[in-house]
Parts: sequence; C-alpha cells; structure tokens
Amino acid sequence: MRSDTGGPALRGAVGRLPADRIASLTIALAAAALIALPLASLMRLAVTGDAELWPHLAAYVLPHAIVQTALLLIGVAAVTALTGIAPAFLVAGFEFPGRKVLEWLLPLPLAIPTYIAAYVYADILDAAGPVQSALRAVFGFRTGADYWFPPVRSLGGAILIIGLVVYPYVYLTARALFKTQSASFAEAAHTMGATLWQTFRYISLPLARPAIAVGLALALLEALNDIGAAEYLGVQTLTLSIFTTWLNRGSLGGAAQIALALLAVVTLLIALERTARRRQSIEGDAQDGTVTRRLPLTGRAGVLAAIACAIPVAFGFVIPGGYLLREAIRRGLIAGIEPSLLTALATTVALAAAATAVVLAVGIAAAIPLRLVPVKAALSLLAVASMGYAVPGTVLALGLLSPLVAGDEILNGLSRWLTGVPLGLVLAGSSAALILAYTARFASISIGVVQAGLAQMPREFDESARLDGAGIGALLRHIHLPLLTPALTGAALLVFVDCLKELPMTLLMRPLNVETLATSIYQFATRGSFEDGALAALLIVLAGIPPVILLMRAPDAREARR
Amino acid sequence: MLKRIHAASLAAAFVAGAISPALAQGEVNVYSYRETKLIQPLFDAFTKDTGIKVNVISASSGLEQRIKTEGENSPADVLLTVDIGRLEEAVKAGISQAIVSAELDKVVPPQFRDPEGHWYAISMRARVVYASKERVQQNSLTYEELADPKWKGKICIRSGQHMYNNVLIAAYIAHHGEAKAEEWLKGVKANLAQKPSGGDRETARDVAAGKCDLGIGNTYYYGLMQANPQQKPWADATKVILPTFAGGGTHVNVSGVVLAKHAPHKAEALKLIEWLAGEKAQHMYADVNYEYPLRPGIAINPAIAAFGTLKADPLPLSKIANERKAAAALVDKVGFDN
Repeated sequence: MRSDTGGPALRGAVGRLPADRIASLTIALAAAALIALPLASLMRLAVTGDAELWPHLAAYVLPHAIVQTALLLIGVAAVTALTGIAPAFLVAGFEFPGRKVLEWLLPLPLAIPTYIAAYVYADILDAAGPVQSALRAVFGFRTGADYWFPPVRSLGGAILIIGLVVYPYVYLTARALFKTQSASFAEAAHTMGATLWQTFRYISLPLARPAIAVGLALALLEALNDIGAAEYLGVQTLTLSIFTTWLNRGSLGGAAQIALALLAVVTLLIALERTARRRQSIEGDAQDGTVTRRLPLTGRAGVLAAIACAIPVAFGFVIPGGYLLREAIRRGLIAGIEPSLLTALATTVALAAAATAVVLAVGIAAAIPLRLVPVKAALSLLAVASMGYAVPGTVLALGLLSPLVAGDEILNGLSRWLTGVPLGLVLAGSSAALILAYTARFASISIGVVQAGLAQMPREFDESARLDGAGIGALLRHIHLPLLTPALTGAALLVFVDCLKELPMTLLMRPLNVETLATSIYQFATRGSFEDGALAALLIVLAGIPPVILLMRAPDAREARR
Repeated sequence: MLKRIHAASLAAAFVAGAISPALAQGEVNVYSYRETKLIQPLFDAFTKDTGIKVNVISASSGLEQRIKTEGENSPADVLLTVDIGRLEEAVKAGISQAIVSAELDKVVPPQFRDPEGHWYAISMRARVVYASKERVQQNSLTYEELADPKWKGKICIRSGQHMYNNVLIAAYIAHHGEAKAEEWLKGVKANLAQKPSGGDRETARDVAAGKCDLGIGNTYYYGLMQANPQQKPWADATKVILPTFAGGGTHVNVSGVVLAKHAPHKAEALKLIEWLAGEKAQHMYADVNYEYPLRPGIAINPAIAAFGTLKADPLPLSKIANERKAAAALVDKVGFDN
C-alpha cells in the first residue's frame, strides 16, 4: 500500500507535454459535457419552475419522502452488504460444496428488473397468493383480515425485494477484488494465525473497500432511481414524489428543482465517501494481482458457507425466474410465441449493444485523461456529470429532449439551406436519442469502474513508461487499456444488462413503432395482467444470462493461465 | 480507443437510420397513453378500412411534454389519452389544434368534448366499488359514505396520487368544496385496511382474499378479470357497486383524442379520429376493453351492463379537471399514501 501523491516523476513528465495535457483535458471535458447535457437542460427547466410549490412540498411531502428514502437506502445497503459481500468473500477465498455452481449463479439476479421482482413477490406473498392461502387452509382462518402476515407492499417489502435483485452489483465488484488484490494479504494473515473473521475484517474488507463502494453506490442508485417497484409497493420515495409533482401538478420545472436538490445530496454523499477513501488509499503495488489457492471449508463450515451463498440465489433468481417460467408455460406463451416479441428481443439487444459501446467509449474518454492530468475542477465536473443515474429516468429523458431538438433544428436549417428539404427529427426522433439517454444514465457505471480500476493500478507503471519516453497514446494503448480490460468487460456487461431492463426512458423516448422487451411487459402490466408478459420478462432474463456468464469467465480465464 | 468510438458511432448511426420514423403520405403518427394490446386491433382495422398506415408510440407519462419539446418538427399527429387531466394538460401545453368535424359534433355529447374542439372523448369508464359478495350486504353506496366509520379497516385502494384517484378526488372537490373534501379524504384514510399500493386488480384480489371488504377500481378491470381464467375467481368473489355522489351520478373518466398543433398528416389524423368515434371502433371499445362507448346506440358489453344502468355524474369533466391540482395537494396534506 502506498499513499496517492501522483508521484513527482509523473508530474514532471506531464509538465513537459502541454499539448498532450490540453488534448487529454479536452477529451475528458467533452465526454463529461456529453453526459452532463441532460443535467444542464434540467437546470434550465428548474429555473422556469414556479417556487410557489415549495412551501407545500416542504410541509407535506419532503419530510416523509426523505425519511422513507433514507430508510430504503439504509435497508438496501444492509441487505446488499449481507447478500453481496459475504458470498463474494466466501467464493473467492474458500472451497466448499457447491462453490463452483454458486459462484456462477450468484450474479444472475442482475437480469431481473426490480419492478418485475416486485410484481412476482406480491403475487406470491399477498393475501390471495399461495403462501397466505396455504396458511389460511392450515390454520382455518377465513379471510386475510383474521391474522397478521408481514405486508409485502410496504417499505420492508421494498427493501428486501430491491436488495435481493441489486446485490450482484456489490457481489461482482467485491468478488473481483477478493479474488485478486487482497488474496495474497489474506493468505499471509492466515498463515500468521489470524482467524477467518479477523482476516475478513482487518485485511480483505478494507482492501476491497473502493470496489465495494462502487458496487454499493450502483446498487443504491438503482434503488433510489426506481419508480415502478416503489409505486407498486406503496413506498413514497423522493423519486416518486418528483414524478407525482410533475404529473399531477403539471410542473416539470418543479420536478426538475426537486431532482436537482436530490442530485446535490447524492453528490455530497459521494464526495464524502471519496474524501474518506483518500485518507486510506490502497493503490496496489506492481507485484499485486496474484491469485492464491482457496482454503478448503469442510463439515459444518462448508455447509454454512454453501447456505449463505444459496440464499441470495434462491430469492433473487430462482424464485422470480421460476415464477416467470411457470406463468409462461401455464399460459402457453412459449408454444405460441408472437413474432412481435422476437422483433422486440432483437431491438432490445441491438439498442443495448449500441448503447454499451457508446457508454464504454465515453467512460474511457472521460476518466483516463484525468488520471494523466488530475485537474481538481475537472474531476469534480466529472463527478457531477456522471450523476445522471440519480435522476428519475423519465425526467432525465425529458431533460435530454430539448438539447436534441435544438441539435435537430440546426441540422434542419443546414439541410434546408443545402438541399431545400428539412430532415425532420433525426436526433430526437430516432434511436440515437435513446442511445444517448442510456449513455447519460449509465455512464456513471463505466466511469466508476474505470476510475476504480485505475485507482488499483500502480502509478509506477505510468511513471516508468513515461520515463521511457512513452506518450499519452502509447501509455493508454499499452498499459491502461490492457490492464483495464477485465474491469471494462465487467462494466460493459453491467451496462448491457441495465439497458436490457431499462423502462421509463425507453417508454418515453423510443421512436414510433419501436418496442423493447421492457415496454412489452409494461403493456401487459398496465392492463392489470402482468403474468401475460411473463415470456417477455423471461426473455430479458435469458438475454441477460450470457453476458453475466461472460462476466464471470473473464477473471477465471486469467486465473487459469497462472 | 478511436477505433472503438468509431465502431460505436457507426453502430449508433445504423440503429438510428434503420428505425427512424418515416414521413411518407398515407400514414398517421399516434402518440398513445393507451396500451398497444387494446389499441392495435383498432388501428389494424382502420388500416384495412382506409389504407392509411398507423405508426404508434405508447408511454405512461410525458407524451404531451415530448410533443411540446419536439416543436414544429414533431412527427405527432394524434395524442390518445386515458384521462381528462391529460387532455386538459395537452391543451394547456399549447400542443393541440381545434378539430373541426360536424360528424364528431353529432356523435360525441357536448359534456364529453372541449367547447373549442381541442379534445374529444372517445370512450368512458366509471370509478366504482368492488365489494365482497360474502361480507357486504348493501347494493348501493355513495362516495360520501366511504368515509363512514362503519367501514373502518375495510377499504383497499391504490395510491391517492394515481390519476384515476386524483380525478375522483377532484370530482369530490368540485361537488363539495375543498374543506369538505379534506374531511372526507381523512375519513377514507381512517377506513383503509392497508397502505395505498398496487393497482386496481390487486385491489380486487385483496377483496377476494378477505384483506378488505370494499375496493375502489375502474369498471373495465372487472371485465378483464372475468375474461382471464386466472383472475376470474377474484371477479367471482366480488360484486360491482356503482356509487354515486349524493344528489349526483357515478364518477366517470374518459379516454380521448387531441389533434397535434403541427400535425404533418392532418387529413389522415382527422380520418382516424372520426373513425375511432365510428360504429366499428365503438363496438371494439365496448367488447375488447369493456369500456362504455360514447356513441349513442352502441351496446355495452354484457359483463359491464350487468352492474346496472350507469348514471354518469352530470358535472362537466373540464370543471372536475380544474380541481386536479387541489386534489393532489389534498392527498399530500392528509398524508393519504403515507
């Protein structure tokens, strides 16, 4: 471990390259500006919003919404920490019965959208569902009002349901770290007689903290951004309030104001976390990255480890996935698959793939130059720019529309001048808009992952390359990108799966006649027959599985080579 | 990296080019709040009748804002909505133009259209009570009565901020004023069996399972449940009561149409709107989605007719829509959803 000072040698090297420096900064700022586009547009909307709404919101809406949101986030953090970190530590460092299978199954809940998990669990656990019906039959209760059963549609239900499908963000980032960087330390500690708990508490956990922080941040932002599950489960979060403010009071400006206030809070939290992390920097040494042998756990310890890993898989994937499969079979949906659904599948995958490529490119372009030229103001700008994740999707989409239409007006002007024929809405009315929207929303994933990857990468690499006369381009091509590849693969697959599932922005911004799997499910849900969309939901899950498996294989392949 | 960016932008351009909207003639572009499953059969029939192709996007919110932002270049011709609030919102946003059609004026009653012609209702649904057959004896109810303490712990409802409830509460305000509406809403809240959540069908499901005795929902869900083998037991365990305002009728909301201000295919759009109010489409509204058709002389689906004769609240819908913001504020004020 070493402190993060940047290194005098590197500073010297950068100082000698003003052209490189300017180019790097320009690229980073351009990327940040692209992501910040909808946010800037939201700020403009917020200025137009009337202030007369605020006394009402402050008196009746925000106090409750803030408490509910805080409780939801604390709860989801606790659930994901339990179901994400512990299994990651176990599968990375130990051998126990079923480890191999569980290691692959653990990330699969990622493929299940939160709103679908909410519908499924309400179907199973509500008063009319099989669990309570069985209870009534066994104990002879007549109606659901004769006994107490924990309500699914509640804050507690939301915490558990959301936590059980978003924990893979934490699991994946923690596992990668436990597997590589901390393994050598953990082994050393273990040989010196430290107990399992001590090793975990004092060595592995602190070492994995930056990665876990990224995963936890993604999981919490997912929970924060959710509208579908929150509304269905009756949890009045801030995001839902933003939505209601705009819908029922026709005040998009007011909604933009709340969204920006929410953003300020998120930014503050992330800044605090970063400050705390700075004091405890854990950049790796050049020799790091070793993978050690797993310690065997036998007998009761082995069984307990297997159970600890099996619980999140069962509740996050097997139950909701199995439910969807059963409904799809029961309704004959698999036999009678509609062609429109296959078109939707192709559209969904194409859109997700295109968006993933753009998100990665933007993430790299924004984050790497700032490692070379760490300008404080630019770093802060990047942090703010990547906050698209914390704004409700629909509001973000509407924020993005104005700059796109402005771009279209310029294009139309040009085309009228050149050819006399207007082009129509080539940006705002096409899938390009949707891809940009996904980019604005998910860029924080690639930026966060690239930054975390860079933080782990010893600066000695940069320094020695620079001293050997390598330019910034060569440094990128030969050092940063190759070393970042596993992290980037991970980010790509997270973004891809997130795009597969995305609903609110897709609903609002898609071009005419375009349906994705998520919007198909929505059509059934609005008619009060969500189960008829089971096959579409299942297709999202199926489309999400190959990337997740790829994701698991990337580090394994590296491990096999050693 | 450059290569990667290049590939990405090529891919983006490809996808964009492949599915950007066509602006050819003989088409009409519809922005819809109505679900595709319901509306697509209608559009298919329209295309068969007229040869005009219908392009659709459907969403749950934000379409009027999208049209407004798209401005003069917007491809939107027609906005289809499911709520009077949305119709009025569209007109206020300045995205509509007056529809001039003697045919429409003939078939859509004045109460269900904008005096200036900026919106026309196409179909109607009532917000009613799903009551347990087993535990509720009475067969008539007033909305006012829902606040009666005799129903304490017995009512299920979705979020008070959902547009269906928002307009129902707005109607209460329009009838009785804000102060009385606040008392009423507090009373209804005190009678709830659980926190407002889920949708109308969960409400019916909870009534069937005995979680509550009364649920508030829309008429067409009941028809949909009866047609769905898995959901039929919920419909069978409940009966629909058409409540009324004291001295008024049953609260109804409408689905309707707006002609976009910059509609590029205005003639086709007018054809579509008139066709939707025509006999064939009105039959489909009644039979496919269990709604009340607005055109006189079209039969109501038997599943819906079985509730009894609907006496719709005579208060003009635009007057009710004016109270929407007050209704939303009231829901917050009494903490209805908390």
